[in-house]
Amino acid sequence: MFNLFKFLRLSAAEVLDGDWRYYAWMSGLALLSLAGLNAYSVQLVHGLGTTGMSDHVSWGLYIANFTFLVGMAAAAVMMVIPVYVYHDEPLHDVVIFGELLAIASIVMCILFVSVDLGRPERVWHMAPPPLGKFNWPDSMLSWDVIVLNGYLFINAYVAGYLLYMKFLRKEPLKILYIPFVLLSIVWAVSIHTVTAFLYQGLAARPFWHSSIIAPRFLASAFTAGPAFIILTLQLIRKFTAYRIADAAMLRLRNVVQVAIAINLFLFASELFKELYIPDEHAVHMQYLMFGLHGHNGLVPWIWTALAIEAVAIALLMLPASRSMKWLNLACVFAVVGVWIEKGMGFIIPAFIPNPLGEIVEYLPTLNETLICVGVWAFGFFIYTAILKAAVPILTGRLRLGGVPYTAEAGMEPGGIPKPDFGAGFRPQGARWVDPGPPGR
Amino acid sequence: MADEKDQHDSPYFHPKPYGSGVTRRQFLAVAAAGAAAAAAAALSPLKDLTQIPTLRQFLQKHYTELTPEEKKEILGRISAEVREKYGVTPHLTAQPPLDGVQFAYALNMGRCIGCRKCVYACVNENNQSRDPQIHYISVLEMEKGAVNVETSNTDYEGQVPKKGHYYMPVQCHHCEKPPCTKVCPVKATWREPDGIVVVDYNWCIGCRYCAAACPYHARRFNFKEPYLPKEDLNPEMGYLSNRPRQVGVMEKCTFCLHRTRAGKYPACLEVCPTGSRKFGNLLDPDSEIAAIIRDKRVFILKQERGTIPRFYYFTDV
Repeated sequence: MFNLFKFLRLSAAEVLDGDWRYYAWMSGLALLSLAGLNAYSVQLVHGLGTTGMSDHVSWGLYIANFTFLVGMAAAAVMMVIPVYVYHDEPLHDVVIFGELLAIASIVMCILFVSVDLGRPERVWHMAPPPLGKFNWPDSMLSWDVIVLNGYLFINAYVAGYLLYMKFLRKEPLKILYIPFVLLSIVWAVSIHTVTAFLYQGLAARPFWHSSIIAPRFLASAFTAGPAFIILTLQLIRKFTAYRIADAAMLRLRNVVQVAIAINLFLFASELFKELYIPDEHAVHMQYLMFGLHGHNGLVPWIWTALAIEAVAIALLMLPASRSMKWLNLACVFAVVGVWIEKGMGFIIPAFIPNPLGEIVEYLPTLNETLICVGVWAFGFFIYTAILKAAVPILTGRLRLGGVPYTAEAGMEPGGIPKPDFGAGFRPQGARWVDPGPPGR
Repeated sequence: MADEKDQHDSPYFHPKPYGSGVTRRQFLAVAAAGAAAAAAAALSPLKDLTQIPTLRQFLQKHYTELTPEEKKEILGRISAEVREKYGVTPHLTAQPPLDGVQFAYALNMGRCIGCRKCVYACVNENNQSRDPQIHYISVLEMEKGAVNVETSNTDYEGQVPKKGHYYMPVQCHHCEKPPCTKVCPVKATWREPDGIVVVDYNWCIGCRYCAAACPYHARRFNFKEPYLPKEDLNPEMGYLSNRPRQVGVMEKCTFCLHRTRAGKYPACLEVCPTGSRKFGNLLDPDSEIAAIIRDKRVFILKQERGTIPRFYYFTDV
């Protein structure tokens, strides 16, 4: 127990310590989070009328971001499967970053659905009976509450346990984490399937009422998630002492390659079905792609998304993206493209026109946008803080009984202390291999 | 143990020189103080929060779980709130559904002229917000030769009825299989034994999933604090129907249950100048509604959605 406190205390100390760039980044994120909190306070006082939503478009940016982030959380599975099922070597050292991303993503998901509530003080009504009136199993929203919180717990536990064992320099006990890792694979698929069912179960909304939604969600999640992780890993190896081989990036590149192709294929399939012989339910897709009766608020967005996803897939298929510069560009395009396509491009057209044929467009307000920015900033804040503590544990510097760095011992460029290898660490070329890899 | 001693003496717990001569600890202290001040500033809009629920309101149970005493106490409390806000003592009831009654509504498409009197009678009866305006009834102006709502228009103006058009008012269809109640995560909306779909305004969390699930665009959300002038308040009110609503909750047509459960017609029916609107008990074979279902050409809107509405459209012929 004493060791656990020490683990937490030293991790916290690690989070509070850093060079000026770290402080600037975290302060910036904190300021944006506070701006979001300020905007949310305004919304609490005046109601959801401070957003651009209406009875016609009753869900907007909050739910769009929520949907996207569920995918980001689920994407960890694209690293967990290769590592724990196929014993993939290159991804082995980086799988934990996917699990940590899942934690930050779920926190953001929960915040996005919370800020969307008209009466947030009544969330306790969701408690199971006798306290609340949790509508399980009928409501897909009740399923979502269960799977999202479960997924948060599983990932926090697995990543926390492995980091703690690493900190103690102990071999993790397989029985204590492998079952949860395997559970997390099924669970990751479940969070995004349930989120898709939340929409595709609604017969009232023809745009969502399509059996292709759950597969599309998974494909887009496995595009944007691993692409985002590639970008994160690039930053980790640029700014920290943790060495990540190009092979890991290229393996994730393979994942994004396949996923983005499937994602665009499924989108094209749906596009074809809606527009080849357009029936009265095709109006939503027409509104999204071409505008309807002079209303075309989403047209520039969706074509931008498709264009940059097209560039992303072209880059990913070309050998050029074996070079990190082009890979990064492709990943940025893939993430932004999917964010538009499955966020705004999926949520909003379902409401336009409304079930009685009225066309009322949706434009988010500044206050609403600030809340979204605030939640994102807070998510990045959490993810950075977790990584700040996790990386030195993974390099072996932050550990029980380790000799922490001192100013005299010297710093690497960028204020990062040289890692201190304990017994059992052997440098191998440019890459450091740690003695007790998680998962083996 | 020597190692652990070292830990306590580690530089994490000692000031470390920074470029400007400020120690890390000093920097963090200033940063923490700044963050606290900034957080307080960020939360400052909350000082305008006027309606903070009391503990009693906060902990109020679901309507279906209230004992008769609790119901009485809550009705008393809400009456007092209405009196304080509107200066009128309301007659607030919580009438239970009647045995042997299944309510249904029928609308004569051949007669409706699209005058929208029902829309405003509904607003007056049900104490809806006047700003922003909340309407339970949408009257669609349809093109002749189409039953497709996509080609309809709700924004028509001028004299009605217009040539080449017919009119189709739509409100809550009180479905036998309501998707709205199925999706609600907290069972804040449900179907009563007499077929009326209701909302407990004190239980709704405001997620608007029901609005997404409704194929008839029948649900209305209080995006802002509802505004109702004192002189417009209807003091005859029901707990599950037209008592004043709160910001952040869903509402909808309740077939005027505070009237209909007391043997009266809904307000929209009474005001209709053409007699297009019919309402009654399906289980009573002598009722007008039962005769219409039996003898007229009846159809339901969006039958393919599988909701089995209790709101029928019919023509005379």
